[in-house]
Amino acid sequence: MSGRRSRSRQSGVSRITEDQIADLVAKLQQLIPEIRSRRSDKVSASRVLQETCNYIKNLHKEVDDLSERLSELLESSDGAQADLIRSLLV
Amino acid sequence: MPSSLLSPNPAVNPDRSATRRRKNKIQREESLGNISQQQNPPIQWKSDAQQQIYSSKLLQALRQVREGNCSPAQKSAPRRVREAADKVLAATAKGRTRWSRAMLTNRLKIKFMEKHNIAKRQQSVITAVTRGNSRSTKKSKVRILRLKTKSLPAVQRKTRVLSRLVPGCRQQPLPVVLEEATDYIAALEMQVRAMTALAELLSVSGTGSGSSSSSDGHSHPSSSHPPTN
Repeated sequence: MSGRRSRSRQSGVSRITEDQIADLVAKLQQLIPEIRSRRSDKVSASRVLQETCNYIKNLHKEVDDLSERLSELLESSDGAQADLIRSLLV
Repeated sequence: MPSSLLSPNPAVNPDRSATRRRKNKIQREESLGNISQQQNPPIQWKSDAQQQIYSSKLLQALRQVREGNCSPAQKSAPRRVREAADKVLAATAKGRTRWSRAMLTNRLKIKFMEKHNIAKRQQSVITAVTRGNSRSTKKSKVRILRLKTKSLPAVQRKTRVLSRLVPGCRQQPLPVVLEEATDYIAALEMQVRAMTALAELLSVSGTGSGSSSSSDGHSHPSSSHPPTN
């Protein structure tokens, strides 16, 4: 993925263009559910960045909650069920 | 069969260490990806196949967490689960993105640091592994140039916050951070989906274990009482 775009890492002067950044911001905008549902093209970059940060923080928190839940479940359940689940998943 | 003798990929040596094997696998897979598909296609985090891969690896890692207890018992169980989930996520990413490589090396870095406490060597290891991104002096130039277009301190501040949130992107310029963030968000969403599904499965099987119910649903709920007059 890092090699997809032309590398802008020149030595000395950077050639990061506005279009590149706007493109990336637009792509990011599509991923964030809050902005995607608004359907407005006039979302500022600052807003997109803000929502991105919030979204990542939310996802981190969800992962933390889930890992807490999983740790409790792991302690209570025994190994037979883990094998059963594994056979279901694979 | 002569083709097998001439195959370019040697068999994986089992007696190499896990990290070296992983690095070899990453390099080999990347080179294969360059030849066959164009230039390392990003992982499709939304596909079910990826989620299945992740779920099975996660389950293995979780069982190790439960049984092995190899990590020092200073960390609480949820913390260990979280770290195992992150490690498996980074491994599933096959090291194609910066955040996954940073996550993988972070684990090694912390273990190394606890043992040897050599701070400076960490810097060189990190820069070497993250493909030679040692541009601390050039970073200031990049930032000054960027100030011309994004002179709003708000955008800069948010960029910095974002680069701190995505692992491995603290010193990266803006387009790199944005790219990494898009992949990272997709991967996190998949992680949440997979862990949710796993938690559901475990909780369901946990409550149903007493009645030894089979995995497919019964026609009648087991908790309902038979109708008595």
